[in-house]
Amino acid sequence: MMILSGDPPRSRLLAVLLIVIVALLLATPWLFPGAKPMNVAVKICVFAVLVASYDLLLGYTGTVSFAHTMFYGIGSYAVAIALYGMGPSWAAIGTGIVIGLPLAMLLALAIGLFSLRVAAIFFAMITLAVASAFQVLASQLSWLTGGEDGRTFRLPELLRPGTVVVSKDAFGFEINGRTLTYYLIFAVSVLLILALLRVVNSPFGRVLQAIRENRFRAEALGYRTVFHLTYANCIAATVAACAGILNAIWLRYVGPDTSLSFSIMLDILLMVVIGGMGTIYGAIIGAGIFIIAQNYLQTLMGTASTAAADAGLPLLPGLLHPDRWLLWLGLLFIASVYFFPTGVVGRLRRAKEGAG
Amino acid sequence: MSDLLTLAGVHTHIGRYHILQGVDLAVPEGQTTMLLGRNGAGKTTTLRTIMGLWPASRGEIRLGGERIEASTTPDIARLGVGYVPESMAVFSDLTVRENLVLGARDGDLDEARLDWIFGFFPALRRFWLSRAGALSGGQKQMLSIARAIVEPRKLLLIDEPTKGLAPAIVMALIECLKEIKRRGATILLVEQNFHAARELGDTVLVMDNGTIVHRGPMAELAEDVALQERLLGLSLETHQ
Amino acid sequence: MTDTATSSEALPKPKRDFLPVLLPAAFALLMLPLVGSASSWATLLAASLAMGMMIFIMASGLTLVFGLMDVLNFGHGAFIAVGAYVATLVFLPLAGWSQADSLASNLAVLVPAAVLAMGVTALLGLLVERVLILPVYGQHLKQILMTTGGLIVAEQSLYALWGPQIIPMPLPASLRGSFIFGDVAVAKYRVLAMLIGLVVFIAIQLVLNRTKIGLLIRAGVENREMVEALGYRIRRLFLGVFMVGSSLAGLGGVMWGLYREQVHASIGDELTVLVFIVVIIGGLGSIGGCFIGALLVAMVANFGGFLVPKLALVSNILLMVAILMWRPRGLYAVTSR
Repeated sequence: MMILSGDPPRSRLLAVLLIVIVALLLATPWLFPGAKPMNVAVKICVFAVLVASYDLLLGYTGTVSFAHTMFYGIGSYAVAIALYGMGPSWAAIGTGIVIGLPLAMLLALAIGLFSLRVAAIFFAMITLAVASAFQVLASQLSWLTGGEDGRTFRLPELLRPGTVVVSKDAFGFEINGRTLTYYLIFAVSVLLILALLRVVNSPFGRVLQAIRENRFRAEALGYRTVFHLTYANCIAATVAACAGILNAIWLRYVGPDTSLSFSIMLDILLMVVIGGMGTIYGAIIGAGIFIIAQNYLQTLMGTASTAAADAGLPLLPGLLHPDRWLLWLGLLFIASVYFFPTGVVGRLRRAKEGAG
Repeated sequence: MSDLLTLAGVHTHIGRYHILQGVDLAVPEGQTTMLLGRNGAGKTTTLRTIMGLWPASRGEIRLGGERIEASTTPDIARLGVGYVPESMAVFSDLTVRENLVLGARDGDLDEARLDWIFGFFPALRRFWLSRAGALSGGQKQMLSIARAIVEPRKLLLIDEPTKGLAPAIVMALIECLKEIKRRGATILLVEQNFHAARELGDTVLVMDNGTIVHRGPMAELAEDVALQERLLGLSLETHQ
Repeated sequence: MTDTATSSEALPKPKRDFLPVLLPAAFALLMLPLVGSASSWATLLAASLAMGMMIFIMASGLTLVFGLMDVLNFGHGAFIAVGAYVATLVFLPLAGWSQADSLASNLAVLVPAAVLAMGVTALLGLLVERVLILPVYGQHLKQILMTTGGLIVAEQSLYALWGPQIIPMPLPASLRGSFIFGDVAVAKYRVLAMLIGLVVFIAIQLVLNRTKIGLLIRAGVENREMVEALGYRIRRLFLGVFMVGSSLAGLGGVMWGLYREQVHASIGDELTVLVFIVVIIGGLGSIGGCFIGALLVAMVANFGGFLVPKLALVSNILLMVAILMWRPRGLYAVTSR
């Protein structure tokens, strides 16, 4: 299939899952027009892109980086600051994009080149340190970023909730600015993921996989692994920044906790491992599972916790408290890394091969 | 005389690469067996496999009758095997003394034996308390060998000890190994230097493409120029 | 039989690499004119030394584990946090003794708290090594992922067991206050921290340099394979080193908790970054480098925080970049990797 760059799901169940997810996302404004479902749907789109870009690094080059949220944040903040400072206009969005994307790419380039000079073993630690420093910096430069409070802003008129494009009388449901924003985000997300599929299935992508398997051999074969890794870093960072831009446009708000916090990084890790590293599709599955669970499972946990507390059981109320859902996800994460390193996608694919 | 070390049908895979493709060899006790062959033939891999540093994927390795192909490296060393790797692997941050202390596993350093070693390698006495990293290449090689013989070993596995060394040091090494031979040690020696091989070897094994392609007495190889030329094609260096 | 190549050479003097040792002193002196007042400078210096020692204690285990075992433990911060929380188990019930103005009763709280914290974190280290690290030994990627997962689970467990609120842990009464030297006040607790750090440093150096175990560790950091080829079962030693490293992190956590007079799981995250920077700056497997790195990082944090508050963590990143540009493997790179 040309559009999937010759990288089909390779498992009927997986294909069905993906089609269902995409179809539901496509139909959300019509089927579930409430605020919460729309938020969940957008979050799935945005994180599918973000996690897919991380998969390029983790799954295809075998590099662990903790700086990914930084690039996401750069995209968000660039567009937010532009819309805040320049007023709600398409020019502002354009400016944000023109500043944010190259900035993310240059920073990725700098980190990539710097880490070449130092022992490879330090890379993950360095990215962690840089991302932490960036987060602190963003809080400190409150004149620019709004500090801890972040920035709230408005969108150009066409994208505002108040703008009615097609009124309720025509089809029975309203198409307004919010709906348009939704479909814009959805369309861009789909395009970005298809683009990533193209990248990983290109000759470049195959070299990345060769590097992941055995870096020394790749070098011996004459590939300048330096360039390939740096290039991959830059692509991943740029796509992450795009995801950040989309997120900012939907939330109409940006702040350290929504765009830069370490918990976002952990969420990304969880999604990519649970979904399946090195598959791109894993990002979609992982994001879907994770975000739905995050929003709806926590309510379940809350009920269970209260029930346990009422029953007078020790420890359980604390362990089942909805705020502790990261604990269970962490355990799932460890189990996934160890028992299912290929994630859901890998499992589905293997099941198909086993049966066929 | 019996064989101290035997390999039967040994295969070793490193990742995807099938390096040893069915190695059969025997190292007679009390003799020095030379392992010759060109680069990439699998000589170092053979030594490492015997030592347990790379696991054999198939086959049997017996030391004194005991099977060791599944044993761990420390256990193999404790059976009395000494290993001198191609890279010498001296501990640069430790002193010469500390390097040798590590070689003397459970016991302390035997003064008499140390004196005997210093007889061959006087530099080691001179640099006793210096960092091993400060030694020259030749001195490091001496240290590496000294560390392997600081206590008597049943079997010595030595990988290209003369590589890159000055002729005078090579001579000192050969003298030392001859003396160790005299004391009854069994040695499996990988060498590219044909002169050293001829001086020391009793039996010769030639390796190519992960298997043994020739085995026989060293005397025979030393006489037979045609044979040498055929095997020279496998790049054995003739030195003066 | 002479060794002709070296017969006329004199004994080579071990070339000691002193340059990094001078760095902390040089930095401190550089700060004097920038800070201006001598008494502020002295206070900041004391704060730096104390903080540096605490960070050194936390980082020393990590650099040995990292250098010796080639293990990337991203969950190291968990040991720090757990140590602090366990200390509260002793401090809170014995608050009376802690607040009594008697050194003896204070120590009767302090010492058991520290010992318990170190014991628990050592056991936790055993668990982590067997469950998270051993199964994926040699696979860096999975190690990073597993240990990061471990960090999440540990932190969340702390919140589940103790609740998400900050737990106060006031300093024992006799450790409050300062020693006064003319114009300068040096907090008593800071002096204690410096002493403990120094003791740990000396103890580690003694073990590393005067014992056979230390010999094995130093050799193993350089070339693990060769140590095994000499007949030593060094993998068992690894576990021991890991447990010692974890318990040291636990001790650091107790000290940090008392320093801030509060305990919260987030200190794990906060300090993990600083500890990583110290380990990177110092060079894998080098205790001396770790010591110097910790002093530098603490100084940059304190003096930098005083001079340019906005830059905070960024200044430590700049320090790391500067040192890595000078020595890409850290101040004293010991391992052969």
